[in-house]
Amino acid sequence: MSATVVRAARRRASRRAGVTIAALSCTLLALFAFSLVWGDRIYPISDVVAVLAGQDVPGASFSVGELRLPRAVLAVLAGASFGIAGVTFQTMLRNPLASPDIIGITHGANVMALFCILVLGLSGLAVSVSAVIAGVGTAFGIYLLAARGGVVGTRLILIGIGIAAMLHSATLYLLVSADQWDLQGAMRWLTGSLNLASWDDVAMLSLAALLLVPIVLVLGRDLGLLRLGDDAAAGLGVAVERSRRLLVVAAVALAAFATAATGPISFVSFMAGPIAVRLIGPRGALIVPAALTGAVLVLSADLVGQFLFEHRYPVGVVTGALGAPFLVYLLIRTQRTGGSL
Amino acid sequence: MIETAAPPTAGAAVTRRPRWWTAVALAAALGAVALSIAFGSRVVSLPEVWQAIVVGGDDITAAAVRSRVPRTLLALLVGASLAMAGVMLQGVTRNPLADPYILGINSGASLTVVIGIAFVGIHSMQGYIWFALTGAALAAAFVYTVGSLGRGGPTPLKLALAGAITTAALTSLTTAILLPRMEVMNVYRFWVVGGVGRAENHDTLTVMPFIAVGVALCALTASGLNLLGLGDDAAAGLGVPVVRTRLLAATGGVLLCGAATALAGPIGFVGLVVPHLVRLVVGSDHRWLLPVSALTGAALLTLADTVGRVVARPQEIEVGIITALLGAPVFIWVVLTRTGVRA
Amino acid sequence: MTTSLTTESLTLGYGTRPVVTDLTLTLPTGRITTIVGANACGKSTLLRGMARLLPADSGRVLLDGADIHAMPTKQVARRLGLLPQSPIAPEGITVAELVAQGRHPHRRAFARWTPGEDAIVADALEATGVLDLADRVVDELSGGQRQRVWIALALAQQTEVLLLDEPTTYLDVCHQVEVLDLLTDLNRSRGTTIAMVLHDLNLAARYADHMVAVHHGTIHACGRAEEVLTEETVKVVFGLDARVVEDPTSGRPMILPLGRHHVRHD
Repeated sequence: MSATVVRAARRRASRRAGVTIAALSCTLLALFAFSLVWGDRIYPISDVVAVLAGQDVPGASFSVGELRLPRAVLAVLAGASFGIAGVTFQTMLRNPLASPDIIGITHGANVMALFCILVLGLSGLAVSVSAVIAGVGTAFGIYLLAARGGVVGTRLILIGIGIAAMLHSATLYLLVSADQWDLQGAMRWLTGSLNLASWDDVAMLSLAALLLVPIVLVLGRDLGLLRLGDDAAAGLGVAVERSRRLLVVAAVALAAFATAATGPISFVSFMAGPIAVRLIGPRGALIVPAALTGAVLVLSADLVGQFLFEHRYPVGVVTGALGAPFLVYLLIRTQRTGGSL
Repeated sequence: MIETAAPPTAGAAVTRRPRWWTAVALAAALGAVALSIAFGSRVVSLPEVWQAIVVGGDDITAAAVRSRVPRTLLALLVGASLAMAGVMLQGVTRNPLADPYILGINSGASLTVVIGIAFVGIHSMQGYIWFALTGAALAAAFVYTVGSLGRGGPTPLKLALAGAITTAALTSLTTAILLPRMEVMNVYRFWVVGGVGRAENHDTLTVMPFIAVGVALCALTASGLNLLGLGDDAAAGLGVPVVRTRLLAATGGVLLCGAATALAGPIGFVGLVVPHLVRLVVGSDHRWLLPVSALTGAALLTLADTVGRVVARPQEIEVGIITALLGAPVFIWVVLTRTGVRA
Repeated sequence: MTTSLTTESLTLGYGTRPVVTDLTLTLPTGRITTIVGANACGKSTLLRGMARLLPADSGRVLLDGADIHAMPTKQVARRLGLLPQSPIAPEGITVAELVAQGRHPHRRAFARWTPGEDAIVADALEATGVLDLADRVVDELSGGQRQRVWIALALAQQTEVLLLDEPTTYLDVCHQVEVLDLLTDLNRSRGTTIAMVLHDLNLAARYADHMVAVHHGTIHACGRAEEVLTEETVKVVFGLDARVVEDPTSGRPMILPLGRHHVRHD
């Protein structure tokens, strides 16, 4: 019976997806627990559980409840947001190199956040909102410039790179000309850091994620079909333009909110998708695995940056340093399989 | 006379007058020099400039003028080098978007210079230059390899993406090295925005031989590059040693932009913008493109530096920031108009 | 099998430049229509317009009498399938997975996959002769195999109308014939209405029940192959002097181009 051949192939794919997602979730949970327990002072699991349950444990209530917990939660949220935004762009533009941190999307949010802090002296919600507006505005501008007369993908990427360069120089200018050149604060906006994580950041980002992630999930199947090319997707009943716009807005807003909370944590958007593909196989739904991968990346990179070296590095430096070897890996793999980057 | 100088690829309908445009570019460069010396946080008149340089003098005006001379010379040299490097890189890769910044070459030079400062303890131009050149060459080779993978060879899209990612990755490594070393950071953060403000004549002299070799390689390969523009196979059919020409031309380009980066920090987009503007008026013959671009690049960078000194007085905006703000729109314009830019 | 696809005074273009003007065409239901024309005459644009990929500047495309742009796109996709000129196979996707994408228009969001759909996919793979390739990665297949996989995807979509834009491009002559035979099989066994743009005039004439010659965005001639592929049409549409003879194997018309050389004068 020929249908069994098809069923077997499909089962294999979905079993692999299930196993991968379960494994990623377990890893994430373990890292999360570890990041609460470990630190300059190591608290026993029982203390951590007590703090989580809302009891007052001297010392642990502050270190775990006010420092480690928001930091870990923010790491998970930001990693997942960057991962989702990255895989959405990479899939939509059919190019594993085209993640939002490369093509200028997050740069807009970054410059605006910096401008608000250094020049206008704002903080908190005002900074986040301005950053998100600037991020979406930048993406919209790039999209408008690129949308003229088709070939959206290629132009979008190239124009994005141009805009990114311009915004990067604006970032540099703001940093160099700032009166009080606060290195700690500034580094956060160059590479991303969790050092200033607070419950406010967590609240803001989780609210955004609650609103935006469902949009991406609902459109996930359309996203998979867009990989066959615009015409083929349209032929299969995807409202190409509408789906793409919604996906762009949702992904950009996610990346911008995350950027506003942590700064641009380098390469998480870029790496999460391709790693998820390697883990799960090429079929369909990549969004959840990419989100988990992003969260694992950020959480583990933050632990590495905090504890592995004599100097404490912000998380963005660690993920950024991973970027170059990862690119080499992509390169070697592409060369071997004869595919295209 | 002039018609015979134009290559067959130059648009037949347009009368190119490269000699005339060379003169225009030369005039622009001279004008830029005059402005650069006259303007700054203090404005001086031409007679005062004359007074200070030729006659000498020891008042504040004369000192200001004399301090602007090495800076102006450096801007001229760096601008010319970057523009020629841009021409070479665009010719070698047959890619209208090639530029030392876009291709990640600047970031390679930055990383190696920082390594040199932090681990090897170099602190002079004699040291910088070797590190910058090594980094530039490695980054160029890496980006070109990544960009050439897969279907269709090195398309503008893939090269630009590979360059952007390499830049981001190398910048992170640079940051990782800098972060625990505040003293290096303090040197670096001003170098990285690209500036000619701390010009020293002896630094410029140190780098001169490298630039001279770069220029010689450009001159040597100019006509070969014209034919490479027709495609490797066609060029080989016309008797061009393709691999050798490409290798020499790329070496010339990397030498020029590595040297410029060592001198002034990473400055983006001069190498992109100038060749495109010049191509509009003199056509695509590299024998004219190179010298006119060099003059135009010198003029542009000198002007950009002057603008940076004037608009935010008494502060200065580093020239690298000005060129990026001016250059990125031109980059986008090239993407939108050049039919050659396809995936 | 009654779905009909027609255009009514259709004008299509990119930006302000009209490529197809005031074109009225009915695809005969249950038959194979081939569309021919010189480069840039608007034949692919016409096909894309009929597949609702391009909005009409004026006029309408009617699917069963209703304006195609007024219908939800997913609903259209249940009746009208499309094989674009250069579809993209995602890296690493297997044949079975790719063909399964054809079920999209029939599924609700988050619906579970049913055994019935496995059977439909298997059926499509079998009909196109690629069932034994089900586990292979699409990138690794030959051009002819890959084209059959894409046709299988369109079959899994189970539409009564199928539009194909140059399905034989980049294939060698053996695979061209193989693909066209396969499409004819589908038309005969399932009654699928097929319209395709073809480059090769002789193959277009041979496999057509109905033939359409497009010239400067309008229909120059349409009807049976014998009526369309005449020396006059070839001269006007392609600017080519040619002789038309009867193809001894099929009895259909066949063109022999007359160049400036090697023409016998006796």
